[in-house]
Amino acid sequence: MNQHQFHPVSAMDYLPVEQLRQVQFKRLKQIVQRAYDNVALFRKRMDESHISPDNIRALEDISLLPFTVKSDLRDTYPFGLFASSLRDVVRLHASSGTTGKPIVVAYTKDDVKVWTQVMVRSFASCGLHEGDIIQNAYGYGLFTGGLGAHYGAEELGATVIPISGGNTDRQIMVLKDFGVTAICCTPSYFLHLIERAGEMGIDLKTLPLRAGIFGAEPWTSEMRDRIQAATNIRAYDIYGLSEIIGPGVGIECFHQDGLHIFEDHFYPEIIDPQTLKPVPDGNEGELVFTTLSKHAMPMIRYRTRDIASIMNQPCPCGRTIRRISRISRRSDDMFIIRGVNVFPSQIEAALLAVEGTLPHYQIVLTSAKGLDQIEVQVEVTSEFFSDKIRGLETLQQRISHAVENTVGIRAAVRLVEPHTIQRSEGKAKRVIDNRRK
Amino acid sequence: MKINQLSLFLENKPGHLRSACKALAGAGINILTLSLADTQQFGILRLIVKEWQKAKSVLEEAGGVVKVTEVVATEVADKPGGMAQVLEVIDQAGLNIEYMYAFTFRRNDKAVLVFRFDDADAAVSKLSAAGIKVIGSKELFEGK
Repeated sequence: MNQHQFHPVSAMDYLPVEQLRQVQFKRLKQIVQRAYDNVALFRKRMDESHISPDNIRALEDISLLPFTVKSDLRDTYPFGLFASSLRDVVRLHASSGTTGKPIVVAYTKDDVKVWTQVMVRSFASCGLHEGDIIQNAYGYGLFTGGLGAHYGAEELGATVIPISGGNTDRQIMVLKDFGVTAICCTPSYFLHLIERAGEMGIDLKTLPLRAGIFGAEPWTSEMRDRIQAATNIRAYDIYGLSEIIGPGVGIECFHQDGLHIFEDHFYPEIIDPQTLKPVPDGNEGELVFTTLSKHAMPMIRYRTRDIASIMNQPCPCGRTIRRISRISRRSDDMFIIRGVNVFPSQIEAALLAVEGTLPHYQIVLTSAKGLDQIEVQVEVTSEFFSDKIRGLETLQQRISHAVENTVGIRAAVRLVEPHTIQRSEGKAKRVIDNRRK
Repeated sequence: MKINQLSLFLENKPGHLRSACKALAGAGINILTLSLADTQQFGILRLIVKEWQKAKSVLEEAGGVVKVTEVVATEVADKPGGMAQVLEVIDQAGLNIEYMYAFTFRRNDKAVLVFRFDDADAAVSKLSAAGIKVIGSKELFEGK
């Protein structure tokens, strides 16, 4: 497969670094001023830190600014962080709040344009262009995924199929009958599509489908290997969050080695989540974004709770915008068991490292006699099913050892019948915590 | 001279065995014999049925994981020492039994021992050479 051709919409991806920094600095000054002038919370925070927009004299001065966190969005529900009047807001999205109120995000006409542009650049980064047929299986609605991908794909000139999430058999019919060349959905839902297509006797390898734009949940390289081995596609990791804009904050290029951040619009920093100090490039820490061009809802140093590092080495694709490492861990997903911090992605990587396992799994936490118990449930597949008890017990042990080696705790492994773990049409629920809080 | 055996993965939970049998019954498939291996968490249901391809698809359509394995069926006299004689041959031939089960249904004075070996072909030739009667699916299902 060839590398992707240059697409004119991607010009900003290749800006000389000096010029890029100038653009960022100019936009940073404007956005800080805008946030200070129009958003009470930002003004109060900056006043308390004795910082005024005039203190931003260089790009590095961004580290003087106070952070914004998710609860700030909840506390100001619904419209408290808007910097535009509702008259200028043309779109609202909201996250499904698992606890309490959702968070609401807003876009002006210009914001929607920027969002569309970064999505066009995202698709171009995956080698898509006019003439591609894109099946958009992200949910349409309050979730940003559906409409974000939709407008970008249309602007790219591709043919968009706005199928939204769910109705798996119909998804597969469309995939096959419409000559779809690219699909957007969560990686866990795509796994479900692979599985279902197999049951329907359809080999995805025979279809023209060649790219998957997968995001909205963390997934591992092992998962990517499985997806790419089962299909003829390249599986690209796309990153985004509603608070910043939605999908299109960053995405992988052909080389699939880190995600390019569209940093002319979203300025990335990595901080130590304990000391809150910036960490040097290459070091892991919490990803923080400042939106450089958003009007309706600027975000100043928003703490994403995602763990990543900035990769500042040049990418072979030639893009000058920096990359971040893939996000395999999200602070919010972390659970603590017997005093050990565990991320579901670690369990996933361990599981997939064992040959023959398929990525349908679930982690169940329980508490017995005051002690935390962790059980990893894995579906048995025809690949690793054995008619011998010994064969299955060996497999259980291998999975258990792999988990213990990776996370340092012993986990019980339970083999379960196929289709017993709930399939998700959006973000997969990997952890069931039945411990008493 | 080998028999195709179906193995089905079952979670060790109430109702799981029944639903597998119900699926077969619904398709009009009769089970000649079966054995159930169980552990605390899961079980493996091993089945010998005449229409094994059909049974496999029925079970798979019902959501099961099914594996087809070649097993060796031998016929022995249904009397004390009948099985011991076969086991002696197996021992002497250096064959390792993964598992086995037996049945006598409709065999008059004979019993059938079903063995799972790693190498079914080698086992068939060694058993036959030692004069043990290895029976194929025709004899098994049609009584010759």
